[in-house]
Amino acid sequence: MNARFKFSIGAIIILGTLVWLGWVGASQSKTYYHTISELSALQGSALQQRMRVSGNVVDGSIVHRPGRIDFTLTEEGKTLPVSYVGDSPLPDTFKGGAQALAEGKLTPDGRFEADQVQAKCASKYQATPGGQPSAGASKAQSHIQTDPRSLAGPRS
Amino acid sequence: MDVIGSFALVLALLAAGYSLVAGIISIRTQRPLLLKSARNAGLAIFPLVTIAVASLLTLFFENNFSIAYVVEHSNRALPAYYKFAALWSGQEGSLLFWSWLLSIFAFIALFSNRKKHPELMPYVGVILGGIQLFFLMLNNFVASPFGLVGAIGAAGTPHVVALADGHGLTPLLQYSEMDIHPPMLYLGYTGCTVPFAFALAALLGRYPGEKWIHITRRWTMVGWAFLSVGILLGGHWAYQVLGWGGYWAWDPVENASLLPWITETAFLHSVMMQEKRGMMRVWNVWLVFITYMLSILGTTLTRSGVVSSVHAFAQSSIGSWFFSFLAVILIVCVVAYWKNRDYLRTDNQLDSVVSRESSFLFNNLILLAACFAVLWGTLFPVLTEWVEGNKITVGPPFFNKVNIPIALFLLFLTGVGPLLAWRRTSLSSLKRNFAWPLAAGLFAGIIGFVLGDRDIYALVCLILAVFVTLTIFSEFFRGARVLSVRSGANLLSSVGQLTMRNTRRYGGYIVHFGMVLIFIGISGQAFNKNVQSKMQIGSSMNIGPYTLVCQNIDGASNANYTAERATIEVFKGGRSLMMLFPERRFYLASQVTQTIVALHSSLARDIYIVYAGRSPDDNAPVIHAYINPLVRWIWLGGLVLVLGTVLALVPSRQPQIILHAEREAAPAAAGASVPVTVLQGHD
Repeated sequence: MNARFKFSIGAIIILGTLVWLGWVGASQSKTYYHTISELSALQGSALQQRMRVSGNVVDGSIVHRPGRIDFTLTEEGKTLPVSYVGDSPLPDTFKGGAQALAEGKLTPDGRFEADQVQAKCASKYQATPGGQPSAGASKAQSHIQTDPRSLAGPRS
Repeated sequence: MDVIGSFALVLALLAAGYSLVAGIISIRTQRPLLLKSARNAGLAIFPLVTIAVASLLTLFFENNFSIAYVVEHSNRALPAYYKFAALWSGQEGSLLFWSWLLSIFAFIALFSNRKKHPELMPYVGVILGGIQLFFLMLNNFVASPFGLVGAIGAAGTPHVVALADGHGLTPLLQYSEMDIHPPMLYLGYTGCTVPFAFALAALLGRYPGEKWIHITRRWTMVGWAFLSVGILLGGHWAYQVLGWGGYWAWDPVENASLLPWITETAFLHSVMMQEKRGMMRVWNVWLVFITYMLSILGTTLTRSGVVSSVHAFAQSSIGSWFFSFLAVILIVCVVAYWKNRDYLRTDNQLDSVVSRESSFLFNNLILLAACFAVLWGTLFPVLTEWVEGNKITVGPPFFNKVNIPIALFLLFLTGVGPLLAWRRTSLSSLKRNFAWPLAAGLFAGIIGFVLGDRDIYALVCLILAVFVTLTIFSEFFRGARVLSVRSGANLLSSVGQLTMRNTRRYGGYIVHFGMVLIFIGISGQAFNKNVQSKMQIGSSMNIGPYTLVCQNIDGASNANYTAERATIEVFKGGRSLMMLFPERRFYLASQVTQTIVALHSSLARDIYIVYAGRSPDDNAPVIHAYINPLVRWIWLGGLVLVLGTVLALVPSRQPQIILHAEREAAPAAAGASVPVTVLQGHD
């Protein structure tokens, strides 16, 4: 019984540490999915969170400025001004009309400051229903799955 | 051809259904003839599915573009060796491939045991038949690979058309590793099926003794080795093809392959507790069950679009099939366990915290914790959406924070565990076994610190890697010395002899050594560097001790793609080392851009250069350079790991030696068997 007791103590310490580490890690990397229309309703601490917003890039809205690229995302009639401040060049698929995902934070003046942008050309995706959907945003490539099943039709 | 294939699939479905139903009836009625026919039906599935696979391949090689699957995954220009990869590059084909591998495993399991375990095999046949029935239902009714391309004619009636050419295989898969990686991974996944069938069969049939655990263990090792290779090849492919400088991103699909690997690893360790001490029977059975369910869960998640990733825009109905299947499996497992739980009573209790048993317990505890953490992180968006109505993802920081300490603790146990005695270990033997390896490890740590290693995890990893390596080598050395003193043979040949006498134990050590190499390789990440810069011809950038000079930017185009290419010369200390040629291709047929990484790999570090694109401001080429130390050790470790597993699967030579010695002379036999039994006691 004694050995079991000691083992249980050890197990509790280990698991406790892991839970704590997991909690810290999760709070550091939590990313909230929001639609553009949800953003205006966010309040308080929710505004500080790291989030991911999706939408279509408004045609002709892409403006290159020193150190950043501005564009506008639209979804269900709502629009969101976005500033891309990341290091990587934007993917080739990023152009007016493309479907894009922006990851980053809201600034107090209502702009969305993104450090990651992923894009895919919607029309091309339609054309090859069984093919690989994403031409791969520079960062998005880290999400491209290593398993060919994921590249298969239904997911793409 | 497509008719033959479809027909073979229907027959395979019937055979699977028959082996399931007739098998159940024959277990109830004990009619030997029915039993035999059920088994034969189970055996017939493999040749039938083989015909289906062969006919699909034939359609690919015939460029038959009236078949939808061939149109979507191949074209005339596709090289022959990629047509194999095309077989498993889509939903329908990959499911057929899955069924085929499953039928191979099932065939081997049924055929090789056809004269053994008469009480156990009928149950195994029923379970394998049931599982194959499910997959063949998918092949026949949900995702048939032999669907035709249809078109609506002028009169509004659909008719079959044959297209001139197919859409081609996605360029990301046009890479030689894609011919091996998916089969390995699939073999790993389907390999979980046979151990599951044996464990469930033993439980259902209340099969006496521990014999089933030996069969299960060997089969698990096979599946484990395939899964390990599949995961490593996947990482290698991602590293060389995707061009983001890493090999592991904690993507849901990667995680899905890791989960059953973790539980299999746990099982391979805890199974020894059952063999040696009659402990952890319930735990082991559930580990096998959970491993199988996780192997299916991985497929489910990736095919149903439940766990969304950027790429999951469309969803598929096939997910509900898999979820139903998982539910059935879970119910069968719970009911089988509940009805037969008295069969799994434990013989012994834990004697001491400092013992082999407790090292296995800790090993299992943290492996399962890792498994839970990875599963939790992967399902986090799904869970939060249920609970809060809002999708939240967790990223790599979460996975790394939890899993790096777990991995290091496991590495520590890898060194300690094998040297601990069963039941309890005395303090003096601990000192004797560990003092020198630990001292050497700490010494290596100090040297690492002096040389500038300030990353705590990398330092701990270095200390442990040296410690574990030395304990492994001292195990070989001590055993071989005993042998060489006895036999007079030299030490090196004694090492070989020793290994062959207990392949399982020493093969296991070699696997451990492979893991040490992989850990060293992963710890190199702490020192990764990357720089991104606009480069014109003649401009340069510095990364670590290297200077990269852009010597040329040129283009190339052919029928398949147009490319932009940079010529980068690498200097170190003013001396030119090499030329590297990162490329960016635009594939015309599929309209996909792909980067071709320029990689120079050595044991010390990889120089990894990506042509990232053109700057939006002035259209200058952007080059992204990475220095990734020690990556090669990971792939080397993988090789060692496979070698060790294969060795562990080879039967030990010792039984013959004992028999031989016994026949020769009784006193000699007594002498010869002493070291053997001592060695066994440590296993």
